[in-house]
Amino acid sequence: MDPGRRVGLYGLVAEFDNSDQLLRAAKGSRADGYRLVDAFTPYPIEEVSEALGHHHSKLPLIVLIGGILGALGGFFLQYWVSVIEYPLNIGGRPLNSWVSFIPVTFECTVLVASLSAVLGMLALNGLPRPYHPLFNEERFALASRDRYFLCIKKLDPAFDREGTRKFLEGFDPIGVYEVEN
Amino acid sequence: MIDASSWRAPAELGRLERRFWIIGGAGIVLSLLGALLDQAQAVQSYLVAWLLWTGVAFGSFAVMTLHHLSRGGWGLMVRRVLESAAKTLPLLAILFIPVLLGLPHIYRWADPEAVAASAKLQEKTHYLNVPFFTARFVAYFVVLGGLTWLICSRSLRQDRTGEPRLARRMQNFAGPGLGIYVVISTLAAVDWIMSLDPLWYSTLFGIYFVGGHGVAAFAFVIPVALWLSRREPMSRALTQRHFHDYGKLLFAFVMLWAYFAVSQLLIIWSGNLAEEITWYVERIQGGWKIVGIVIAVLHFFLPFLLLLSRDLKRNAGRLAIVATLLLVMRWVDLYWQVGPAFHHDGFALHWLDLTTVVGLGGLWLATVFNLLGRHALIPVNDPNLEEALPGE
Repeated sequence: MDPGRRVGLYGLVAEFDNSDQLLRAAKGSRADGYRLVDAFTPYPIEEVSEALGHHHSKLPLIVLIGGILGALGGFFLQYWVSVIEYPLNIGGRPLNSWVSFIPVTFECTVLVASLSAVLGMLALNGLPRPYHPLFNEERFALASRDRYFLCIKKLDPAFDREGTRKFLEGFDPIGVYEVEN
Repeated sequence: MIDASSWRAPAELGRLERRFWIIGGAGIVLSLLGALLDQAQAVQSYLVAWLLWTGVAFGSFAVMTLHHLSRGGWGLMVRRVLESAAKTLPLLAILFIPVLLGLPHIYRWADPEAVAASAKLQEKTHYLNVPFFTARFVAYFVVLGGLTWLICSRSLRQDRTGEPRLARRMQNFAGPGLGIYVVISTLAAVDWIMSLDPLWYSTLFGIYFVGGHGVAAFAFVIPVALWLSRREPMSRALTQRHFHDYGKLLFAFVMLWAYFAVSQLLIIWSGNLAEEITWYVERIQGGWKIVGIVIAVLHFFLPFLLLLSRDLKRNAGRLAIVATLLLVMRWVDLYWQVGPAFHHDGFALHWLDLTTVVGLGGLWLATVFNLLGRHALIPVNDPNLEEALPGE
């Protein structure tokens, strides 16, 4: 074990056979007062993130700000070049030929917005992250195939090694595993 | 099989229909009075009103075919609304008669004096002449009306018999139907709007017209779906999830419309050719310029920013407000395209512009609600229905 690693229990993870069971467990754990709950599924299931209260992330705001900055930057780059820095009369059109600026403005909006989406998503998720305790559980690899996992972390105030295990077993999982840090 | 009788329209739909008959009747009576005073103004105003409601019907036809092609759950919940709107095509064809009678007041190419005075117009009259214009008009409505009948009659037969192959049949008509609709709309846009200025042309104009139809269809469907969702039986079927979908589709069509609008402006602006730019010169100067800015803001920027929000799309009431705004803006957009052809001296609005659009809209909506009340509000035997209905 390398010295920088935290030790001890990370949390309990339950493996489910289908998304309905997972959804029920996710809703149940929220209702039972658990807050540090995470779900892992082979494909996105919108209802699960709703059940876990993950809906409002800051990402849309980051993307919106990125988009606005991209639009302003794109437009005023062209405005500055065509009106201030190097004015040219092109076919008698006004120097601020805003119609011709639309494509570049649009592309800059999309470019900066999508870059903010990718980078913002990575930042908010704490990525890149080469190590995650859940990978210590061998069966967790099935999360990218055909199994659904729900994890309740030890740091959750409502966590209790035995009580939480019993609670998760109540949802009829394939198994409940203890995950070490 | 689901029981069709439990999905009949609520009794309030009849009351709503009567209300719209009254509004429509009042608007039409006022417009007729106006026609006695100023015949030219009346038919010019009537053309814009007719284009607005016909656009909603055309758009509903297109969205109906899209639904059959994609088989998404969203379409099942409003399929009957779209069908009822598309079924009004024969009525709209009849309602075009005032325009046909007033052609010389509207189109320069239909005015023998104007044609005699212009050599360029004489060349155009091989295509733009009254008999051929009327024949084309009849052909558009026969073809689109026929396609509507082919699809809608099968949809109703599916309610009765539940034959599984009917879904496939409707899909087979919907594919070519959508293509034919785009061709017809392109030709129709040239006939009805572009030929107002017979020397002007834009190759993007037809698809710009089509983009407006998409906006119009959802701007109409969303408020109707909201009304239905607040009453039995549709309160059991329409959920937040469906409105989220309609919001996304409305958003997509707003962007599509804006994309075509900007593309056309950009191409003509870059070319800056005398025969092309004149159309915009009239429309981006003086009073019409303000209308153009209002369109850019209220038909694109504001709805775009509002519809970005997921919460707004999932709130049926607020979504319906945005949709209604866009329906109004459809009229403003058409007025901005058509109006300058009649008012070269700058922006002008006549009271007949308002009475015709309200009158025709009342009649049209009353007819749609009448048709909607005749059958179950959802296609009860569609194979995908169970998946689309909210789970217990």
